[in-house]
Amino acid sequence: MYGFEALTFNIHGGYLEAVVRGHRSSLLTASDYNNLCQCETLDDIKMHLSATEYGPYLQNEPSPLHTTTIVEKCTLKLVDEYKHMLCQATEPLSTFLEYITYGHMIDNVVLIVTGTLHERDVQELLEKCHPLGMFDSIASLAVAQNMRELYRLVLVDTPLAPYFSECITSEDLDDMNIEIMRNTLYKAYLEDFYKFCKKLGGATAEIMTDLLAFEADKRAVNITINSIGTELTRDDRKKLYSNFGLLYPYGHEELAVCEDVDQVRGALEKYPAYQSIFAKLSYGESQMLDKAFYEEEVKRLCLAFEQQFHYGVFFAYMRLREQEIRNLMWISECVAQNQKSRVHDSVVFIF
Amino acid sequence: MVQISPYTFSAIGIAISIGVSVLGAAWGIYITGSSLIGAAIKAPRITSKNLISVIFCEAVAIYGVIVAIILQTKLESVPASKMYAPESLRAGYAIFASGIIVGFANLVCGLCVGIIGSSCALSDAQNSSLFVKILVIEIFGSALGLFGVIVGIIMSAQATWPAKTA
Repeated sequence: MYGFEALTFNIHGGYLEAVVRGHRSSLLTASDYNNLCQCETLDDIKMHLSATEYGPYLQNEPSPLHTTTIVEKCTLKLVDEYKHMLCQATEPLSTFLEYITYGHMIDNVVLIVTGTLHERDVQELLEKCHPLGMFDSIASLAVAQNMRELYRLVLVDTPLAPYFSECITSEDLDDMNIEIMRNTLYKAYLEDFYKFCKKLGGATAEIMTDLLAFEADKRAVNITINSIGTELTRDDRKKLYSNFGLLYPYGHEELAVCEDVDQVRGALEKYPAYQSIFAKLSYGESQMLDKAFYEEEVKRLCLAFEQQFHYGVFFAYMRLREQEIRNLMWISECVAQNQKSRVHDSVVFIF
Repeated sequence: MVQISPYTFSAIGIAISIGVSVLGAAWGIYITGSSLIGAAIKAPRITSKNLISVIFCEAVAIYGVIVAIILQTKLESVPASKMYAPESLRAGYAIFASGIIVGFANLVCGLCVGIIGSSCALSDAQNSSLFVKILVIEIFGSALGLFGVIVGIIMSAQATWPAKTA
C-alpha cells in the first residue's frame, strides 16, 4: 500500500538505507570542487582528495600520478561500497542493486567486442572494463566471431541474456552494428528495469519510474542527435527509443524525423520539463547539451533522497557517485593538460 | 452477548492492554533501531542522543503494563447469582473497553514514535542542528499514548462490581 511502507520497510531495508544515506553525506561539495579546480598539478589534487573520503584509496599511489589512476581508485571506492551493500541485501533489494549494474555490463560487452574487432589484446581490454559490470565469462567474449556465437557461448549465462532476443537479427559485427547493438540492449534493459520497479510498487515505483523515464528520454535525444547525418534510417532510429517516458509516443514520432539540432529543440520545447534544458543553450549549439542534461539529472537524483523508505536512494546514490567520478576525471584532465580555463565547462556541482 | 461472562471480557481487556501495547513498542523500537545502527556507522556521535527515541517507544510499553496492573486490581469476585446482573456486566465491559483503548492507542503511538525516531536518526547524522527540532515532533507523538492511558484509567475507575451481600 502506498503510504504505509514505513511500517515494514525497515525490517529488511532499514540498515542499508541508513548506510547509503551516510555514504551520500561524503559526496564532494561545491567548496571541495572549488579547491580542486584551483590545483596546479595532479599531486595537489591527490593532496586535496586525501582530506576527503578518498584518502585511503589514493595515499599509496606513487607520483607521478596519471589521471587514469585517480579515476580508477575513485571507482574502486564506489565498487567497495556497492559490494558491501549487495552482500548485506535481501530480496528484492539485492535484485534491485544488481539491476543498477547491468548498464555497465552492457558497456563492457560492447567494449570488448569493439576492441576485438580492432584487434586489441584481450587483457588490455579487460583492464579498461568498468569493475561494476564484470561477470565471470567476460574474457571469452573475445573469441566470438558473430552475434550468434556471442550469444551461445557467453551471454546466455549472464543476466543480459533476455535482452539479446531483439538484436540477434544482424549477423556480422561491424562498427555501426555494434552501436545499434549497444542501444538496443540498453533499451531492453531500461524497459526491464522499469517493469521491475513498477512491480515493486509504492514509493519505489513512483520515484524510480520518474528517474528511469528521464533516463530514457535523455538517451532518445542523444541517439537522435548522434545519428543526424549518419545512414541510420528513421525506422531504425525509432526502434532504438524505449517505450516509456514523457516523450513516448508522440515525442518519439517527432524526434524520428529530425535532421538537425534545431528541429530537435523544436520537438522538445513542447515538454516544459525539457524546455528548461534547451533554454540554457543558444541556437545551433549542442556541446553544452550533455552538461545541461547532467545538471537536470543531478537535481532529480538529489530529490530522491527527500523521501524515506524506498529503494530509489540506492539508485540515486550510485548515479551521483558516478557523476562525481566524471567530474574528477574532467578536473584531472584539465589540470594535466594545463587547460584550467575550461575546468568549469563540464563540472556539475552536486551540492 | 449476555451469556458471555463479564470476567471473560475483563480478562481479554487486560490481555489486550498489555499485549498490543508491547507490540506497538517493539515495532517502534525495531524501526528506529535499524536506521540508528546504519546511520551511526558514518556519524558515531548520534548514538547516545538518539537513544531517546528508543526510550520514548519503551515508555509506551510501560504505560501498557501500568494500566494492566491497575485493571487487574479492579477485578472482584461476585456470587454466581449476581454474575449477569447489569452492574456486573457494566463493570466487565468497562474493563474490556479500557484495555482496548490503552492497547490500540499505544500501538499507534509506538509506531508513530518509531517512524519519527528513524527519520530523526538519519537527519541528525547529516545535520546535527535538526535533532532537537525533530524531538519536539516525537514528544507530540508520544502524547498520543498518554491520552490513551488517561482515558483508559478514567473508564476503569467506574468499574464497580455489585456488592457481595444481596
